[in-house]
Amino acid sequence: MAEIQGLAEAIEDLVHDGDCVAMEGFTHLIPVAAGHEIIRQGRKDLTLVRLTPDIVFDQLIGMGCAKKLVFGWGGNPGVGSLHRFRDAIENGWPVPLEIEEHSHAGLANRYVAGASGLPFAILRGYFGTGLMDRTDTVKTVDCPFTGEKLAAVAALNPDVTIIHAQQADRTGNVLMWGITGVNKEAALAATRVLVTVEEIVDHFEPRTGGVVLPTWVIDAVAEAPAGAYPSYTSGYSNRDNAAYIAWDAVSRDRDTFTQWIEEHIMQSAPAVSS
Amino acid sequence: MTAVSTGAEQSAGYDPDDMMIVAAARALRGRRVCFVGIGLPSTAANLARATHTPDLVLVYESGTIGAKPTRLPLSIGDGELAETADSVVTVPEIFNYWVQAGRIEVGFLSAAQMDRYANLNSTTIGDYDRPSVRLPGAGGAPEIAASCREVIVLIRQSQRSFVEHLDFRTSVGFGDGPGDRARWGYRGAGPTLVITDLGLLRPDPETCELTMTDLHPGVDVDQVRAATPWDLATAEDLKTTEPPSAEELTRLRALQATQNR
Repeated sequence: MAEIQGLAEAIEDLVHDGDCVAMEGFTHLIPVAAGHEIIRQGRKDLTLVRLTPDIVFDQLIGMGCAKKLVFGWGGNPGVGSLHRFRDAIENGWPVPLEIEEHSHAGLANRYVAGASGLPFAILRGYFGTGLMDRTDTVKTVDCPFTGEKLAAVAALNPDVTIIHAQQADRTGNVLMWGITGVNKEAALAATRVLVTVEEIVDHFEPRTGGVVLPTWVIDAVAEAPAGAYPSYTSGYSNRDNAAYIAWDAVSRDRDTFTQWIEEHIMQSAPAVSS
Repeated sequence: MTAVSTGAEQSAGYDPDDMMIVAAARALRGRRVCFVGIGLPSTAANLARATHTPDLVLVYESGTIGAKPTRLPLSIGDGELAETADSVVTVPEIFNYWVQAGRIEVGFLSAAQMDRYANLNSTTIGDYDRPSVRLPGAGGAPEIAASCREVIVLIRQSQRSFVEHLDFRTSVGFGDGPGDRARWGYRGAGPTLVITDLGLLRPDPETCELTMTDLHPGVDVDQVRAATPWDLATAEDLKTTEPPSAEELTRLRALQATQNR
């Protein structure tokens, strides 16, 4: 059963140095507030996993929280580079960053295998690409029925998955809607699950395309209003595209970045549970 | 992406990006289902919807199928894409059920580098372990390249982007030539059209090597050869692209004015 906790307490309980931490949300529902709390608590040596590392991963990487990144596409959508991600890979700043990269389909299927309790997933892809040679969690497998050669990707079971959602009820069931990306798979693949939500409500209203994660697959729910900002939460907020554009200049320079983190993250209080 | 000039000699008032977008939109005429990335592809697909193919189904990687944005999105997951979509599905589903199963007719790709067989690099410039430029990486490109029924590549043509050897092969065109796609089990036809700022290239049916088939207005053969590091094949009946029409440009400007910022 999910415990309803404050965000700081939940991160303290569930995220430890050296853990493999998946944080998902595909453009929508990115758990930014939780990422900021990880930075405030100074976690180190994390293996961070995310299909599309964006601003919050740029911040975690730039603050030296990660030793390894497992990912599919690391950029600032529609804007350009993630400069902290690039600086870590190109120059090892502030600490060297090991990478394991996949296609989105490959990484998504790693979660599917993890959520299914299977050792691997199969897909038609990777052949002919350099990813095959560079990524240990991709191999080939022969179909036992047709003999077709297919790509196999190893199951991914993070120590902890963190996602953001619209609502939880008072027993810790979680409701999300809109673009849910790979949130369900990443949650069900993980050993521990933290969900930040916009609000805790008495009862869920029926929603088109709504996905409910039952309380008994979740460890902690923390209320974090606007917890996806500058990403967005359908029904609560819009994506702040200007903030994504502004991040380019902030993140380009190490000092500007460090100062920004100090002002906007280190000195801002963690969210509290109601 | 502003027009280069309003002078009389360039009264057409469009720039190379505009020509690429218009050419890409034209290539979607009469198509049913298109997988769209952000930037030029999204602009082109929405221009096609706004002009000749209003029923074109736009599929964005965020899982939005049949999105009908009124503003050009900044990201593939902008809220309006989900709000206007016929269906919103998960990421595993979009790739497994829709892309891999061959339900997407046309997919757009772009890249930092392309070789003569339309293989693409969007991963690193320089050595993989010590890159001089770390690019975003694969994203959805490898499966789009493998399994969309056709692929259209949008890339500027220069000695920098057209290369003899890719620094990294992120997604495949025709590999090292005929037979490779079949050997890999890929069911899509691969890149059937490459649109550059200088013209159009198509794979040779025998050799799979890209052949320059069309030049944009005002571009000559010497120019495209100079922008290509290999001995570029050119079609015997090299055509000239129709310049963007007044209507295409008007619609394009109207779309660009909606860019979600």
